[in-house]
Amino acid sequence: MPTSVSLDVNGRVVTIEIGDPGMPLLYALRDNLQLKGPRFGCGLGQCGTCAVLLDDEPVLSCEVPLSKAANKKVVTLEGLGSPEKPSPVQQAFIDEQAAQCGYCLNGMIIHATALLAKTKDPTVPQIKKALADDLCRCGTHLRIVRAVQRAARRA
Amino acid sequence: MLDLVSTRRDVLKTGGALLVAFTFADTALPALAESGPRRKTVESDEIDGFLSIDADGRVTVYSGKVDLGTGLRTALTQIAAEELDVSLDRVGLIQGDTELTPDQGPTWASLSMQICGMRIRQAAATARKALVEMAAARLGVPATELRIEDGTIKGDDKSISFAKLVGGGTFSLKVDNDAPVKHPASYTIVGKSVLRLDIPSKVTGRFTYMQDFRIDGMLHGRVVRPLAIGAHLENVDATSVNDIPGLIKVVREGNFLGVVASTEWAAIQATRKLKATWSHWEGLPEQASLWDYVRATKINSDKVMANVGDSAKALLDAPKHISATYDFAIHTHGSIGPSCAVVEIDEGKITCWSASQATHRLRRQLAAMMGVPLDNVRCLYIEGSGCYGRNGHEDAAGDAALLSRAVGGQPVRVQWMRADEHGWDPKGPPTLIDLRAGVNETSEIIAWESEFFIPGDGLAPVPLIAATLAAVPPTPIMEPYRFGNADVMSANSAIPYTFPNIRTVAHLLAETPFRWSWVRSPGRLQNAFANECFVDELAAFVGVDPLEFRLSHLNDPRGAELLQRLAALAKWRKRLSPRRDPQDDVVTGRGMSYAKDFPSPTYVGAVADIEVDRRSGEIRVQRFFVVHDCGQVINPDGVRNQIEGNVIQTLSRTLKEELLFDRSAVTSLHWATYPILTFPDVPDVVIELLDRPAEKPSGAGEAAAAVVPAVISNAVFDALGVRLRSVPLTPAKVLAAIERYGQRPSREL
Ligand code: FES
Ligand code: FES
Repeated sequence: MPTSVSLDVNGRVVTIEIGDPGMPLLYALRDNLQLKGPRFGCGLGQCGTCAVLLDDEPVLSCEVPLSKAANKKVVTLEGLGSPEKPSPVQQAFIDEQAAQCGYCLNGMIIHATALLAKTKDPTVPQIKKALADDLCRCGTHLRIVRAVQRAARRA
Repeated sequence: MLDLVSTRRDVLKTGGALLVAFTFADTALPALAESGPRRKTVESDEIDGFLSIDADGRVTVYSGKVDLGTGLRTALTQIAAEELDVSLDRVGLIQGDTELTPDQGPTWASLSMQICGMRIRQAAATARKALVEMAAARLGVPATELRIEDGTIKGDDKSISFAKLVGGGTFSLKVDNDAPVKHPASYTIVGKSVLRLDIPSKVTGRFTYMQDFRIDGMLHGRVVRPLAIGAHLENVDATSVNDIPGLIKVVREGNFLGVVASTEWAAIQATRKLKATWSHWEGLPEQASLWDYVRATKINSDKVMANVGDSAKALLDAPKHISATYDFAIHTHGSIGPSCAVVEIDEGKITCWSASQATHRLRRQLAAMMGVPLDNVRCLYIEGSGCYGRNGHEDAAGDAALLSRAVGGQPVRVQWMRADEHGWDPKGPPTLIDLRAGVNETSEIIAWESEFFIPGDGLAPVPLIAATLAAVPPTPIMEPYRFGNADVMSANSAIPYTFPNIRTVAHLLAETPFRWSWVRSPGRLQNAFANECFVDELAAFVGVDPLEFRLSHLNDPRGAELLQRLAALAKWRKRLSPRRDPQDDVVTGRGMSYAKDFPSPTYVGAVADIEVDRRSGEIRVQRFFVVHDCGQVINPDGVRNQIEGNVIQTLSRTLKEELLFDRSAVTSLHWATYPILTFPDVPDVVIELLDRPAEKPSGAGEAAAAVVPAVISNAVFDALGVRLRSVPLTPAKVLAAIERYGQRPSREL
């Protein structure tokens, strides 16, 4: 049964027609809305690359059925900032050159943003704990931690 | 700096691949006076293979090697900008497009800077010389009185720009290996930590990874792999997926099975619901007896890697002996984003977009599999999730090619699911190593013997899964290159130390359990692990400090200097391992390791401080010190980033990673069964770079990995007096080692 689901994505209300409301939010964002911030990594809730903010809380969009996001507010990496006007966390990642391939950075930045919204001045162990479920294969961890510290100092 | 990727088909058919030669009436180089459109050359002995300058003075660099998330793009751009004297933002880079970039072999072995970077430097130097000569003729000013400022040649109050001289044209000149290159002292761009310009778009979701790449009319494909690696597809019930909206086709060719759908989600659902029966197959060894299997595998040939004096006789004569066996588990590449490719076939012409590190090679493989002439295949590189060797990108391209052909050539995107990646990417092969040494009465090492049980070769193209499953008869297209050391897994097996009698033999095995490929630092990592641990064993055996032991057996001033710097950086205190009688539950230790990495040749040494919990067996690495000498440093921050990455990724491999399998297939199909290191376990990494501007740049992508496993194992010995000779160094192995050895002092171990 095709259904339509409305939600607010990065400040814009969109309606998505789909055959299966059980389809994860991730595919709606990437395939229907052509967003590139949330990425497919595992589809199993194990890596963090698909993270988005759903009503300001970080969720793994590969695990959230689209129907559960109906009428809610989704913010993706694109919604936080742009190359022209990066968010403070994004800017801190640029300043620290905190990337190798960068594929994992979506999860890092979404979770760091959520952390800093609640914890103004996190300690290194707090940062590491907040990002513990975000996998990075390139080994960029140290720069990522430094970037989050820098963003915290700036805020 | 621009990253140029041809992503639109109209570009491919017209402008992108063509250069319009420019006619020079009064040029000093008549070769340039060639007119009419022609195909851009991809010859690696032509300037035009590597460089072009357009009518606006913009420089395009064509690189056969590709940026795998290592910042290579930035470094190559720096080299070209430096040598041509143009600012960085005037330089764009096209990488890995078989129609535009020279075939420089796969991007591997951290040789990109040595091979590709140096080739581009020489091409740019040749171009610079030619431009200056042209300007001299045009301006009537002697070449020696001209200087270049950001793409404009000036002298005697006159000036002319690169654009005016060659804009839009070709050089039509061979790369001159003797064209003078700039003196490092005059560098303004190379050697600087230039900010990577891909990062702003990567942190904001604007960057297009391969996984994000889309073209009009694109369909989505997914593959269904056999339940057992060698199983036959007995039956497929295509009606089992009839009810999935958007499903277009179930595709079967031999044992190759896949689906094509109009949406990605439909394709995924179809692979989950599709009913297929596979034959029974149990061709893998028992995991529990893997090392017996490796030891019993037929040896195809022996390769002597080092032979000094007469080690057999010296061992016989030696009054004291020490021996050990080391092993290193099978690893997976584990890219965070699974492999992905898009293929379309238009009037018999195949176009393939992928994150392959070897597009020219992939082109040959696709042409062979699809039975079309090489000229009918074009492969373009688009950066994907980090790639640490030959992983699944080429296979995804093969999958997409078969699926596209099955739907009349429409573009099909295949992205592997996590289980496809963990289950089917080529693996880092298991490595088994025997070591022996003989010691005389005065505690001198008089003999060192080592044997490595490894698969041979490893640089040849890895067969495409699609071709194997579809049973396409193998008619490979020959490769145009030959390799120096073709047996990848033997790298770093020979030691950098001077003992009077040495014999190192690589037993090249007839087979290894899984389809395999190079995973970051192949062989170099496994072999340096065994060698550097055994060196530590010898130092303890003869009662000498590990630093002093290494220095006294090193006849290489660059290596010795590196070790001295390492000792200073880590504040190394002379001592004997292990620390006596550990009583506490949590004990600390410190280890050292060193490598002159082959073939890069980069020098690297490391010291690590660790804690071991004797109750749980857990190893926690607190601090890691690295001193690194890769000759001339092009981009210091880029090198540091690579070293940090090497250390952390290799710590993950050392402490946690091991492929799990049963007799039929891989069973560690996701991150819960193949865990990698996460933030809470990441240590501090302190790095010192030795910059040697007068030396050639060597690799930074892999060298630091080679020293990591041994440092940790040696530190555990320092802490506990037990030797861990099997990677991964899991808590279970630590507990078993403690149990086995109790707390006796090291000399008796
Ligand atoms: S893709 Fe969602 S957690 Fe990995
Ligand atoms: S930077 Fe490549 S996975 Fe994190």
